[in-house]
Amino acid sequence: MSTKRVIIEPVTRVEGHGKVSILLDENNKVTQARFHIVEFRGFERFIQGRPYWEVPVLVQRLCGICPVSHHLAAAKAMDKIVGVDILPPTAEKMRRLMHYGQMFQSHALHFFHLSSPDLLFGFDADPMIRNVIGVAKKYPDLAVQGVMMRKYGQEIIKATAGKKIHGTGAIPGGINKNLSIEERDVFLKDIDQMYKWARGALKIAKDYTVANLEKLKPFGSFDSNHLSLIRKDGAMDLYHGNLRAITADGKKIFDQVDYSKYLDYIMEEVKSWSYMKWPFIKSLGPEKGWYRVGPLARVNTCDFIDTPEAEAARKEFMAVTNGKPNNITMAFHWARMIELLHSIEKINELLNDKDLQGTDLVAKGQRRDEGVGLIEAPRGTLFHHYKINENDQIVMANLIVSTTHNNEPMNMAVRKVAADHISGAPKITEGLLNHIEVAIRAYDPCLSCATHAMGKMPLKVTLYDYQGNAIETKTKD
Amino acid sequence: MAKFNKILLIGFGNPACGDDGLGPALAEMIEARNLPGVTVDCDYQLTVEDSNQAAQNDVVIFADASVNCREPFSFEPVIAKESESFSSHSVEPCEVMALAEKLFNSKAKAYILCIRGYDFEQFKENMTEKAKSNLVKAVAFIENLLKTKNFNIVSCD
Repeated sequence: MSTKRVIIEPVTRVEGHGKVSILLDENNKVTQARFHIVEFRGFERFIQGRPYWEVPVLVQRLCGICPVSHHLAAAKAMDKIVGVDILPPTAEKMRRLMHYGQMFQSHALHFFHLSSPDLLFGFDADPMIRNVIGVAKKYPDLAVQGVMMRKYGQEIIKATAGKKIHGTGAIPGGINKNLSIEERDVFLKDIDQMYKWARGALKIAKDYTVANLEKLKPFGSFDSNHLSLIRKDGAMDLYHGNLRAITADGKKIFDQVDYSKYLDYIMEEVKSWSYMKWPFIKSLGPEKGWYRVGPLARVNTCDFIDTPEAEAARKEFMAVTNGKPNNITMAFHWARMIELLHSIEKINELLNDKDLQGTDLVAKGQRRDEGVGLIEAPRGTLFHHYKINENDQIVMANLIVSTTHNNEPMNMAVRKVAADHISGAPKITEGLLNHIEVAIRAYDPCLSCATHAMGKMPLKVTLYDYQGNAIETKTKD
Repeated sequence: MAKFNKILLIGFGNPACGDDGLGPALAEMIEARNLPGVTVDCDYQLTVEDSNQAAQNDVVIFADASVNCREPFSFEPVIAKESESFSSHSVEPCEVMALAEKLFNSKAKAYILCIRGYDFEQFKENMTEKAKSNLVKAVAFIENLLKTKNFNIVSCD
């Protein structure tokens, strides 16, 4: 029996680039589907030999989309290196403000400008209108909201990190600036508007999911474990906490694990066909131990959210699955908007905290040779782990990014959607291919690529037969 | 002759990818000159909110590295253009301007300064000597343009 392989490269409207290959037999039945991610592991070698205090700035070059998350995860690891376990309140709260600013702008960007075209126009709509310009034409108010929410978050990052590119705010043991009253008042002036828009975005995501629940339930969905940081009292905490992992039906696999001991609980597998590593929970093994991270996992793992509007939204979300974890892939969008609202609630809380104007910015401690820093980045749990030598130079770095954690789930989603939507179809249409992309986009993957030089981003679709011969190629510039 | 009182220069690229850092490097050098009426911004890549900032200016100049423009640089008008593959990762100047027009009624003129680069290797901080030479020429050109503000005549070399 002959087979042919469809490759979608890169996946559009995903941060960075990747490709999807679908192996079909002569009856167009899916025999294999894989999501290939081009991940650059070279960074871990690149920073070897660099002094540890440079790392929080250097790591921002990993990614043009989430530099703040890398900045803060590295800074948290460097806190450990300089022997600091507790930051001064001003330092921790400034970092939290930076982080919630990042979360707010990233979630807003993803929802309004990457996912909303699929939700507002339908998965099979003409790609000429199913994009942000299409949204701008038909729903101009929404498009403006997306831009202005993104801008608001970016301005918070600028005020806390110093600048948008190569921010230097977080330093080992603390922060290098506080927030002035003038800076604070600029953000407070617009906070009500941001609340209003965040509530509106949450309503769109919730209403869409509830209205289409039966259609969305099987779409790229499957049972999975979930992992995230969690506060000591079980609350969602996007900046700091201990690790909790749960099964698809909510049983705890481990709980309140000190993340500096992550290697005792999580392993990474290598596969011959992928550059990426495949993390799994050690006690369950590679077959059953893979898990999801990100908004869906965080809402599933936490016991509650410590801000009133997001907590009310979480309860509504959990009611859909009778209080059990929600394993519907497309529910990522709803969960992401709960976090959007939570982020603006936290920003408001922080802006009204006088500690942000404090002057005790850095703590000192006894130097250590090793540090681990974790943070809940917009796309999921981000691990940074470093060792240094007696000259303060990095000798080992291990990073596990959110998209790596979600590697197996995204492959699962691709296989599920491909099998459900492409098998048996005589022609691979744009709409069918987009079903694959819609499932991947739900995870908001960031593919570690900040190179964008003009003329480098074609969309290439290649059809291969079972012997690897390219029988058809389509390119979209 | 139209008046161009407010000018925005956005240099973008990743300084950790060799010559991809040409855009930010140019932005940094122009910012240091403190030219009146000129706002300088810098980022890894263009993003949708740049459309809002663009709309608040009379002229927008995007500065980027290019893998295939003529040497040492090119300078071309940007025409707002809708794209079916609009992506936050690869938002291009024409798409930023399309959003600026569509969402914020922008009337700004826009240009793209492409500086020829040669090596875009990931995690390489130094630019090639040829790229540095191209950068010096591009800075001289754009500095003169920002001082004269004569955007009614577009020079490409």
